[in-house]
Amino acid sequence: MSVVMHNHTASDRAAALNEARLQYRREQRRIAWRSFVRHRLAFAGSIIVFAVLLLAVFAPVIARFDPLAVDVANRLKGPDAMHWFGTDNFGRDTFSRVAYGARISMFVGISVALITGVLGLLIGLLASYFRRLDYALMRICDGLMAFPAILLAIAIVAAMGPKVGNVILALSVVYTPNVARAVRSVGLVVKEQTYVEALGSLGAGHARILFRHIAPNCLTPVIVQGTFIFADAIISEAALSFLGAGIPAPAASWGNILYDGKMYIFNAWWMVVFPGALLMLTVFGLNMAGDGMRDLLDPHTKDK
Amino acid sequence: MLAYTGKRLVSLVPILIVVAVVVFFVMHLTPGDPAAVMLGTEASQADIAQLRHQLGLDEPVLAQFVDWLGGVARGDLGTSIFMKMPVSQAIAEHVGPTLSLSILAQLVAAVLALPLGILAAKKRGTATDQMVMGVSLLGISLPSFLLGLFLMLVFAVELRWFPVSGYKPLADGFLEHLRYLVLPALALGSMQAALIARMTRASMLEVLNQGYIEIARAKGLREISVVFKHALRNAFIPIVTVVGQSFALLIGGATVTETVFNIPGLGQLIVNAVERRDYEVIQGVVLVIAALYVVLNLIVDLLYGLIDPRIRHKR
Repeated sequence: MSVVMHNHTASDRAAALNEARLQYRREQRRIAWRSFVRHRLAFAGSIIVFAVLLLAVFAPVIARFDPLAVDVANRLKGPDAMHWFGTDNFGRDTFSRVAYGARISMFVGISVALITGVLGLLIGLLASYFRRLDYALMRICDGLMAFPAILLAIAIVAAMGPKVGNVILALSVVYTPNVARAVRSVGLVVKEQTYVEALGSLGAGHARILFRHIAPNCLTPVIVQGTFIFADAIISEAALSFLGAGIPAPAASWGNILYDGKMYIFNAWWMVVFPGALLMLTVFGLNMAGDGMRDLLDPHTKDK
Repeated sequence: MLAYTGKRLVSLVPILIVVAVVVFFVMHLTPGDPAAVMLGTEASQADIAQLRHQLGLDEPVLAQFVDWLGGVARGDLGTSIFMKMPVSQAIAEHVGPTLSLSILAQLVAAVLALPLGILAAKKRGTATDQMVMGVSLLGISLPSFLLGLFLMLVFAVELRWFPVSGYKPLADGFLEHLRYLVLPALALGSMQAALIARMTRASMLEVLNQGYIEIARAKGLREISVVFKHALRNAFIPIVTVVGQSFALLIGGATVTETVFNIPGLGQLIVNAVERRDYEVIQGVVLVIAALYVVLNLIVDLLYGLIDPRIRHKR
């Protein structure tokens, strides 16, 4: 009897275990499906960004016209086999200008992402590790974050003069606090881990602990934020150039082309639609890649 | 609540100091002599010297800063030599359209975003959810000035439903005022809508998983009452944050959107000032908007205290 009972409960337990396992598998499948969808997006995003990067790098090969070559006889011509994206008010080939504009956008985006990544990592690490620096550094970040990014950038570029270098510098100042804050919040957690204490007891110096052991664990926010800043920097450069506080004309940048396009919006839709679509696509790709990267690298924020 | 308010106010001081320092020194980033740059290449030495004196540039930097800060504290933001009027007056004349546009855009954003965010959270994981999230990602990727150009192309140039650009003050009648602001407000509000929808969804998801929601359902409450009375109220804090912060962002974005639609607001003021290198105006506008941001954040913080007593009684 007792043996039978035992068997009974054992099979019960086995059934329950099996059910739990099945449920676990269903759950796993659900999670896998979700991340598959998500990462498929991230993958699609990366492909878009890569394609625009190729367009930028090979612009001189792909574009059949000089982006600055004026051709008055062919001004404001719609798209055709010769001029894929039509021509602008000076008869310049819009496709060539958009391709060369991609160079500027990519250059500004990558530069700003790299500079803010390095500076933000450094500032965030220092703030999280040295309590006394923390207050001052974070108040400076708060102050800088009180400015709408585009306005502070306008002011800096207006003061220093419209040049690509100054645009990059202005946008770096504007976006570094975001990275610094994100790194700091991770750094504060990492600093409290036992292994950091162990390193301290073993006699490792501050610099060694901070840069060899804490820094590698704070890279996730730098990479994720970096992708979003890449996107934001491209938007901001276009906006600055559109406002006349960015890349000076006649150089081809998406913002400049859009500005000219607005002037001729009644006669030349192609001057707005093509550079606009490419700008949107690039930023969309970067945002998708960033979302996917965040899911991959930082499982806690999966649903945010 | 009073102690909480006081603490919040004190925490503003260092931020405002940083804001003032940044605004002041940005103008001094100019390579060379700002007075010479402002007057252009054809100005005489005497004119430049006079402007230098008028701007106080012939004094030591620290004295200039103290002078300027003192002026700001009294509401004196300097004088625009190009517009021949005090900067504060120029700002007052241009702030109306910007506020009108921002408020309308925020309204558009909230009306679009809250229901969509709640819907996405309720239908989490379904096609509806994916679609809302996808569209919101697209919304985040579409800068307001670009969406503005696209809307202008479709609804003003092609369909002629709305005027292409320009602005009519409220005094010309509410409908007329609105007709000119619909496209700019849509353009400006879409990114906020995307941000708010995402935050609403995330914060509703968090709340809907809590035990008390289960209890509310177990009591037999209708789902509508569970979602709106029990869940939404508790999901509101992060939503209020995003709405508050995005309103400040909005005012920044408004400057660019205004330029697209030729709306005579703060954006146009600052863009014209950049063209003329009217540094006093640039400084003034940037300072006022940053201060506005700080104040808005304070209001949001205080709202937290009202919505959630746990926050104001902490420590």
